[in-house]
Amino acid sequence: MSRKLFSFPGGIHPPENKLQSLNLPIQPVPLPKRLILPLQQHIGAPAKALVAAGDLVKKGQCLAQTQGFVSASIHAPTSGTVVEIADHEIPHSSGLTSLCVVLQPDGEDSWCECLPIADFSAAQPAELVEKIRQSGITGMGGAGFPTSVKLSPPADSKIETLIINAVECEPYITADDMLMRERAAGVIEGALILTHILQTRETLVAIEDNKPDAIAAMQRAVEALSESHNSQPHNIEIVVIPTRYPSGGEKQLIQNLTGKEVPSGKPPLHVGIVVQNTATTYAVHRAISFGEPLISRIVTLTGEALNKPGNYETLLGTPIEHLLELAGINNQQLSRLIMGGPMMGFALDSTTLPVVKTTNCLLAASSTEYPEQPPANPCIRCGACAEACPASLLPQQLFWFSMGGELDKAEQYNLADCIECGACSYVCPSHIPLVQYYRATKGELAQRRADLIQSDHARDRFEFREERLAKEKAEKDAKRKARAEAAAKAQAAKKAAAELEAKEGGATKDSSDAKPPSDKEDVVAAALARVEAKKKAKADATAETQQQESS
Amino acid sequence: MKLAKVTSPHLHGRNDTSHVMKVVILATLPGLAALSWFFGWGVLINLIWAWIVALGCEAIVVKIRKRPLGYYLNDYSALVTATLLGLALPPLAPWWLTLVGVGFAIIVAKHLYGGLGSNPFNPAAVGYVVLLISFPVQMSSWLPARGVEGTIPLGFIDSLKSIFPVLGNASVDIVTQATPLDLLKQRPGLTITEIWQPGSAFGRFAGVGWEWVNIGFLIGGLYLLFRKIIYWQIPVAMLGSLTVMSIIFWGGSGSEGHGSPLFHLLSGATMLCAFFIATDPVTAATSNRGRLIYGAGIGVLIYVIRVWGSYPDAAAFAVLLLNFCAPLIDHYVQPRTYGHSSGHNSGQHSDNDRSGDS
Repeated sequence: MSRKLFSFPGGIHPPENKLQSLNLPIQPVPLPKRLILPLQQHIGAPAKALVAAGDLVKKGQCLAQTQGFVSASIHAPTSGTVVEIADHEIPHSSGLTSLCVVLQPDGEDSWCECLPIADFSAAQPAELVEKIRQSGITGMGGAGFPTSVKLSPPADSKIETLIINAVECEPYITADDMLMRERAAGVIEGALILTHILQTRETLVAIEDNKPDAIAAMQRAVEALSESHNSQPHNIEIVVIPTRYPSGGEKQLIQNLTGKEVPSGKPPLHVGIVVQNTATTYAVHRAISFGEPLISRIVTLTGEALNKPGNYETLLGTPIEHLLELAGINNQQLSRLIMGGPMMGFALDSTTLPVVKTTNCLLAASSTEYPEQPPANPCIRCGACAEACPASLLPQQLFWFSMGGELDKAEQYNLADCIECGACSYVCPSHIPLVQYYRATKGELAQRRADLIQSDHARDRFEFREERLAKEKAEKDAKRKARAEAAAKAQAAKKAAAELEAKEGGATKDSSDAKPPSDKEDVVAAALARVEAKKKAKADATAETQQQESS
Repeated sequence: MKLAKVTSPHLHGRNDTSHVMKVVILATLPGLAALSWFFGWGVLINLIWAWIVALGCEAIVVKIRKRPLGYYLNDYSALVTATLLGLALPPLAPWWLTLVGVGFAIIVAKHLYGGLGSNPFNPAAVGYVVLLISFPVQMSSWLPARGVEGTIPLGFIDSLKSIFPVLGNASVDIVTQATPLDLLKQRPGLTITEIWQPGSAFGRFAGVGWEWVNIGFLIGGLYLLFRKIIYWQIPVAMLGSLTVMSIIFWGGSGSEGHGSPLFHLLSGATMLCAFFIATDPVTAATSNRGRLIYGAGIGVLIYVIRVWGSYPDAAAFAVLLLNFCAPLIDHYVQPRTYGHSSGHNSGQHSDNDRSGDS
């Protein structure tokens, strides 16, 4: 039975280049001399180190724990000694640094105690999610969003569909393909665990039709499941989708499989869907069924500069140069080193960087493979980009707005919905680096939003201060006025009393009460009178000078 | 080891502007062949002269703008403009007519507006309209097509001499004739049946020769569609609206008739406009729905100007008028983005409405 697909707009068919890394089974990687484990390998807050330099750690021991809800912990990929905790450059498109735990393996590779959950179907979903959280699992296909967060939808949202994203639409990458070929049962087991956690109605495993071996292996695993779990019906379905980049984009996959669109700026759970990557699903299986935290992953090593391309089971933190040597790097040929695929991956400028949780592919390309782009021609608005855009944007218009710095227009034409898949740049006959323009403009928009918030804040503070000062001044004035009034009243009363006294009898004139110079209020009144006189004199003086000037 | 630090995507297709332009020129071949067959050597001579003028003007302006010469000449865009304008000129147009038209198209309509990609008006259409308004006599002096009674095909040398009189006088007198569109329009009181006589300028469906010229451009246009150089929306909408208009206002073959739908589809510059001029992406609307509106507008205007206007053919005017509208169309028919309920984002950012003015 084949499922009805809904398709998605746009897309391209770049050369796949997947065969070269599919010749070998998944290769083991010997222990490197040191492992560099960034505390920030995911979206969210960096993990907080639990160890210090000199500590001896076991394989699988937690090195750094989560900080806050959106965060992921880091574990020791092997046993050894913590050498240092210091800033190192991490694989990031902007070459950022992050605090890293540097581990020197002792060669023993001895595990700490692993605590599996024997029967997940008897466990509470919350318990499983907590286990996944403690295992440091993040999305392993894309941005590295902590998996436990995705598995904790708000109580009022009902998740109908779980999609296992085994599409792997980027050219060159075969890590998920190989994983499914060799460890299909584990992936399916992971899918069952996730289904149990989310209590979904259906679980769809989406695979592009250019991976027939993986599809067959996964279908066999599902059939085996039906046989062994005779009494327990499952709802896992393998869905084969046509090969077209970027069909593995989360939003595109949802649209393709369900016809639903995720509202702009909202997560997929808004439409009752959770999407998890294949490798992530497998990692969930290892964490629950074996109690193993996420400490390794399969990395595709490919590109013309490698003699032995293939998929390598790699410990997190392994320096890239260690892997490249293993895969037979030809340093003369290497001109561009890409982490990720050729469409969305980013170029690294150093081979000493470590493999992290999201490193699905290392593409060591030669200069003939990816020659430098010719200089861009003017945009002729041919519209090829709009035809290729999976988000139905008008890339040519966004390009004009980006060039002209028309940020409002760019925002109005939904630049924020660009997923940076690169399909527009791929088809552009004028070789315009469109995605670069969009990234720059997105950055400017973000900067503008930040500035706006800051200036709003500053304005609020200024206005509040003005208000406070005005209030203080008003209070002071009121007090002064009250004092002056009280003084005037007292004086009037005294005067009246003195007059009364004078009227009553002139003989008592030399009474001490009537002597004013010692009276405080009278001093004040005299001072006020002096000030008034001075003011008047000054006013007269200025009036005179003005007259002189005007004459 | 130096590693290139560039941002994604790293992979690029083989599509190329100059390639697109070359295919467009190639696709004019069937129409060019038909034109040459029916109207003689002048068509080819015109075309080559237009190319020379275009490349010359392009080179001069690029030089003045201090841009790399080879890089700009290599995009073939000037040749496309020259081809389209050259094909629309009368077969024995004097040399200076082509010079003025192509020169104006390249220098004013294209480069003074910023060069390739920045011009709001189709350069070929601008060039044509400038000539039509400034030199109406020369622009309406078409030769009778081969097969019309009394025509003698002109040799190469005579054609060359009549285009470049400096080379000497042509050995035969040139007979010019109004185009079928013109004849249909200027027929005081006559019925269509009366003017549509055997041996006249009218053939089976439209003008003698013109039918084949239009079929030639239609074939070339279908090739462009097949190669995905152009999108179907503009030609289909344009031909569709022209057909609808000519059915509604047909009026039979009497003195009030305006010609059959087939006559309008196969006359004048209809097909050249539908597939080659209106589809110029630089000056057209860019969204799919926008292209439909844009194309339909051109079709309607062509009919209106042909039938009720004072010019016999109208493609260039119609294209230019819709060029004016393209930004407006683009503004109002923005496609619906993924995850949005409507094309315009104004619901989310109400303060953006202020800037929504172009």
